Formats: sequence, structure tokens, C-alpha cells
Amino acid sequence: MNRLHILGIFYRNIVLIRRSVPKLFGLFGFVTVALFLWGFLTLWVQTLAPDDTATDFILLILSAFIFWSLFDLSQRSFGISFLEEVWSRNIINLFASPVKLSEMVVGFILVGVVQALLAFFYVTTLAFLLYALNIWTLGLYIIPFFINILVFGWALGVVTIGLVVRFGPSADILAFFIPFLVLPFSAVYYPVSVFPPVLQKLTFVLPTRHMFEGMRTAITEGVMPLDNVFWATVLNLGFVVLAFLFLYWMLRLARIKGYLSRLVQD
Amino acid sequence: MATILRVTNLTKRYNSFTAVNRISFEIKEGEIVSLLGPNGAGKTTTIQMLLSLVSPTSGDIEVFGKNLRGHREELLSMMNFSAPYSLLPYNLTPREGLTVFSLLYGVRNYRERVKSLLDEFNLGELVNRKIGQLSSGEQMRLGIAKAFVNNPKLLLLDEPTASLDPPTARQLRARILKRIQESRGAVLWTSHNMREVETVSDRIIFLSRGRVVADDTPQNLKKQYGQEDLEEIFIIIANEPVRESL
Repeated sequence: MNRLHILGIFYRNIVLIRRSVPKLFGLFGFVTVALFLWGFLTLWVQTLAPDDTATDFILLILSAFIFWSLFDLSQRSFGISFLEEVWSRNIINLFASPVKLSEMVVGFILVGVVQALLAFFYVTTLAFLLYALNIWTLGLYIIPFFINILVFGWALGVVTIGLVVRFGPSADILAFFIPFLVLPFSAVYYPVSVFPPVLQKLTFVLPTRHMFEGMRTAITEGVMPLDNVFWATVLNLGFVVLAFLFLYWMLRLARIKGYLSRLVQD
Repeated sequence: MATILRVTNLTKRYNSFTAVNRISFEIKEGEIVSLLGPNGAGKTTTIQMLLSLVSPTSGDIEVFGKNLRGHREELLSMMNFSAPYSLLPYNLTPREGLTVFSLLYGVRNYRERVKSLLDEFNLGELVNRKIGQLSSGEQMRLGIAKAFVNNPKLLLLDEPTASLDPPTARQLRARILKRIQESRGAVLWTSHNMREVETVSDRIIFLSRGRVVADDTPQNLKKQYGQEDLEEIFIIIANEPVRESL
């Protein structure tokens, strides 16, 4: 891999984010508004619970919200980094340059890591100030969740790029929509046990299900749920491989059918 | 003179439509070759195959004796292009845009390279404006500056002066020619400006309906077709039925 190629992809995206108010709002604004929404909802749910309940709803629900936001951001930032090249009609320049697809993806990953870290520290600080939520009480348990969440977001981001390459810029809605397809089946805000038995079996393939189920176990029982971490990691690796195969297939098809030039014409 | 680009029996089919039909040509070191033809003749498809944006159905593209199919990244790092349909990112400044492309083409001393390109293409006064705010002529100049970020040995220029006023176009042509003479590179140039083509080209390849129908120097083509003007030859070729591929 050529470090200069990766730096080029990274530099191009960071310059944009740094000075674009809408992009900064996308990074910090949505999550702030959503934190208010989920925070108030959680405070209300807490009042409905019996006085002697041991459940910390703030920790349980807002932690889920924070990690879900991280997943959403990681998938979206990946898809938008690519779409930005399509929207600015720069995509042909990019594919006609000596940059390998893997270098492009690594560049997008670096951009995603910077955005995720910024957003994560921002939202956890805000949650602490507003709701006295200290997510760091999860300690080292955070690390495997954090990494798995990012990686699954990137895998779906790679799929988004493949779909845009195949179907053109009109498929850009997928960059925003894909996380919502996964949300109801990921057991983010409720346990897997609420699913009907068939769905419990079907959703097993989603790494997010294991991450959020594991996170709840860590919060309520204070133990590291190794089986959840194991399955989330193994499934994630599988998704990453499949996502890359899909992207390579779409790109090959695009070169055969002439879809790449259509990306600047649609 | 060494051969920089060799295209052999290059074909591109989209289902039953043949966009490029078994074309073959070569470009040697220091040569400027114009690729001409009416709309739909296959020029853009050919250029896109040379840039590996489109995969050929059959045939071979060799740059410096290496097949593009197996050496994509290595060969693209020695090539570059400029085309009106492929703009630089509108939300960057010219300095940022050239920096990005210097990095993407692996230029190690990218800061110096960007500075010298901004000076050479008179873009210095535009450095703090967004590319999207530049006039189409300024964007075209910037696109050509981008095409030189890696000092390419093979340059593909698709309508490089289309949006420029005559004095700027002349200035830019002179700059491109000087660069190519210095680097001993080669250029494949497309244009609908026949005067420009005649001025810059060592050879002209005419495409019609995906086939090469003529490949010669401007002088020989004029003799062959009994015309004083390239534009007349263009019209004759565009209207005549396709002959056997050369």
C-alpha cells in the first residue's frame, strides 16, 4: 500500500469536514438533538419503574443510544466519503488515478476513525453533563464494543459504495437508510428475548445483535460477555470479507458495463 | 523512438452495440496524436479503456511494453488525463485540489510541485477560492495543471481547450507542447477544433463508428483526401460508409 495515496484520500476528506458547517452538524448536531430526545424519554421511563428497581435506565438506554449513534456515524461517514467524490464529479479522476481500491478504503477508514473518536468523546461528555451518565464505568468492556461497532459500520459502508457504483448516484439514499434496516433486528434498546423465536434465530447473523446484547450484560451483570464478543467478532470478519467481495464484484461489473462514467452523468 | 502506447485490436461491445471495433494504433515517444471522429465514434470509450475505467471486451493496451490489465497502478502512475466531464472537487481550493492529486499520484515533494504548477498555470491569484467558484476556463486550466502533477509520460487530453478563449487556449497549447518536448512523453489529444488539431498533431487518427478509418500525418491526410482543410476531411469521413479498418 502506498502511504501517499492513503494520505491523499484522508487529506481530501478532512479538509472538507474541517470547514463545512453542514458536515460538522452531521458529526455533532444530529447526535446532540437525539441525545436530548433519548435522554428525556429515559428520564420518563425511569419514573415509571418501581422505586426499588436496581436497573440504571440511564446507563442502559443511553449507552445503547451512544453506541448505536457510533455505528450509524461509522457507516454514514464511509458512504458519504465516497458519495462526496460522486457529487463533486471527481470520481472519474479518482478511479483513473493509480490509487488501489484497498488504499481508498483504508483512507475512508482513517477518516471514519477520526470522526468516530471525535463524536464519541463529544457525546459521552455531553451525556455526562446532561444526565450524569458515565459510560466509562463500563471500563475496558468498551473497547471490543467500540471496535466491533466501527468495523460493522465500515462493512456496511463498503456495501453502500458497491451499490452506488452499480446503481449510480440515485442510490445515495442507501448511505442514510441502511443502518435503519438493521436497527430493529439488532436488539439495541431491548433484549433478544423479546423477538419471536424465528427472529431470534435469524438475527443471530447480525454482529450488532451480539454487541448490544453483550453490552447490556456488561451493564447489568458487570461481567465481560465473552460469547457475545466472540460471535460479534467472527461475524464481523465474515461481513467484512463478504462486503469486499461484493465491492470488487460491483466494480468489475461497472468496468465491463461502463457504469463508472455514468456516475458523473446521472 | 520508443513506443509509449500500443493498442492492438481493441474492442468494446455493450450487448449488441459495438462502441469500439478492433482498433489498433501506436504512439511513440515525443509524439502528439489526435483522435478525431464524430459524436459516438468511440473516442471517449477508447480513452476510458486507456484509463482502465472501462474494461475492453477484447484486445490489448500496452504502455511502455506492459499490459494495462496486469499493471494498472504502475502504468496509471505514469499517465494522466484531463477531460471536461471530470472536474476537480468543487469544494476544495485549487491548492488543496492539486495537493490531493499530487498525493494520489504518489508525488513525494508534493508541496513544491503544487507551488510550481500554480505558478506555471497562472493559478496563483485563485488559490484561496473554491474550485466551484472558478469560471469554466479557469477550471479547465486547473484540470490541465492537475494532469501534470506527476509529470506523466502519457497524457490523455479530451477537449483540453474547449472552454478557453483563443489567447488562453494558444498559451495553454504552447505550455503543453513545451512540457511534452521536455519530458519526451506522448499525448493522445481529442478536439473538435480542427485548427488546433492541425497545429499540435504529429499524426491524426480518425475514428468512425468504432473503427479506425484513417491514420496519418495532417499533410498526408490532406493529400489523400484532396482537401486543404481538415474540417472538410472530418465531414467526408463522418458521412462516408465505414471502410475496412486500417
